[in-house]
Parts: sequence; C-alpha cells; structure tokens
Amino acid sequence: MNTVIFKSASTYLLPLLLLFSVFILLRGHYLPGGGFVGGLIASIAFIIHSAANGLEQTRSILKFHPGVLLLAGLTVALFSGISPMFIGEPFMKGLWFENPVPVIGMIGSALFFDIGVYLVVVGVTLTIIFTITETI
Amino acid sequence: MSVEEYLYLIILPILALSILLIFVRFLIGPSLSDRVVALDLLVTCGTGIIAVYSIYTNQSDFLDIAMIFALIAFLGTVAFSYYLEKREKNE
Repeated sequence: MNTVIFKSASTYLLPLLLLFSVFILLRGHYLPGGGFVGGLIASIAFIIHSAANGLEQTRSILKFHPGVLLLAGLTVALFSGISPMFIGEPFMKGLWFENPVPVIGMIGSALFFDIGVYLVVVGVTLTIIFTITETI
Repeated sequence: MSVEEYLYLIILPILALSILLIFVRFLIGPSLSDRVVALDLLVTCGTGIIAVYSIYTNQSDFLDIAMIFALIAFLGTVAFSYYLEKREKNE
C-alpha cells in the first residue's frame, strides 16, 4: 500500500512490537502471556511490516525462510525436555536455577520450552501468511 | 458518587449502547468499507470496556489483554484494506 503514514509507522512498530513480544514471553510463567501469545505478537510485527512495505522487503529483513524458525523452535523445545534426563530425572521435569537472574527472573527448563513454542509459532504464522500473500 | 459507581452506572451503559449502534451499522452498512470501519470501531469499544472493567475490578492484567486486542484489530483493519485495494486493482 502506498500510504506514507502507515509506511513510516511500520518502521517504528516493528522493533517496538518485537520488544513487547519478548516481554510477554519472559513474563508468561506466572502471569498472562507466554510463548504462544508472544510468538503471535512477533509475527504480527512482521505482517504489518510486509503489508506496508511489500513482501520482498520483509523477506530481506528476515534473511532466511520462516520455516527454519519452525525447525529451530522444535529443536529447542526437544532439548529442554531431554535436559533433565542427563541428571537422572524423568523426561520434561522442571529444572530451575537457585537464584533469579535480574530483569529476566527465574530461569528454568520451562522457559526454554516456551522459547521453543515462541519460535514455532512465529515460523508457522509467517509461513502461512507469506504463502497466502504470494498467491493473491 | 464514587469512581466505581460512575464507571458501572454511566460509562459501561454508554459503551454498551454504542456497541449496539455500531453493530446496527455493521449489519446494514451499504458498502464493504463501511462494514470494515464498523468492525474496527466495534473492537475499539470492546477495548474501552476491557479498560473500564480492569479499573472496576482493580486487575491491571486486563490492560495487556486490551492492548493485544487493539493490536489484532489494527492488523485486521490493515489486512481488510490491503485486500480491498487489491480487489479494486483486479477489477
């Protein structure tokens, strides 16, 4: 679309929405939020950018096919599930570090599982939307 | 009249009434663009109701939901206008 306001707004909205999605992702263990909603907000950021500037520009920002994110997210989620088995605990048991990290809070295997969900949601949504946009 | 009473007895009924009026416009809207604008306004009123409700129940978590709701509504309007423009070009 050839609207100056929307185009310049999308330039500022992309980093802001990505930051907000990471905030939602990190907060999601005890409060509303989590990997799924964070991933949806991150993909909304890219979709708004692609609606304003065209699909090719967004592709050049992403640098790789969004399907790669799907694979990376599944790998992260799988390793967060496997990691307790190295110290003799059952599959997918929640492991937590003793002390909270500043800004992020408590870090455990559940957080890495959520990061995996985040990446998978971004990959799936962007693959679907880009394919639909191409065919129209 | 306290703030809670004011919100519950005046602001919420006004928002509910406006949602009804906008819904009528959404149903009878002559063209597709009228309906898209009505849908956007409908979600904006919903965001207002969530904000009022979050003040009334003293739960700040609802505000994040209102924010994401407004974001998705904006995306919906953008997508509708994008495809409307594409359809006009094709015809």
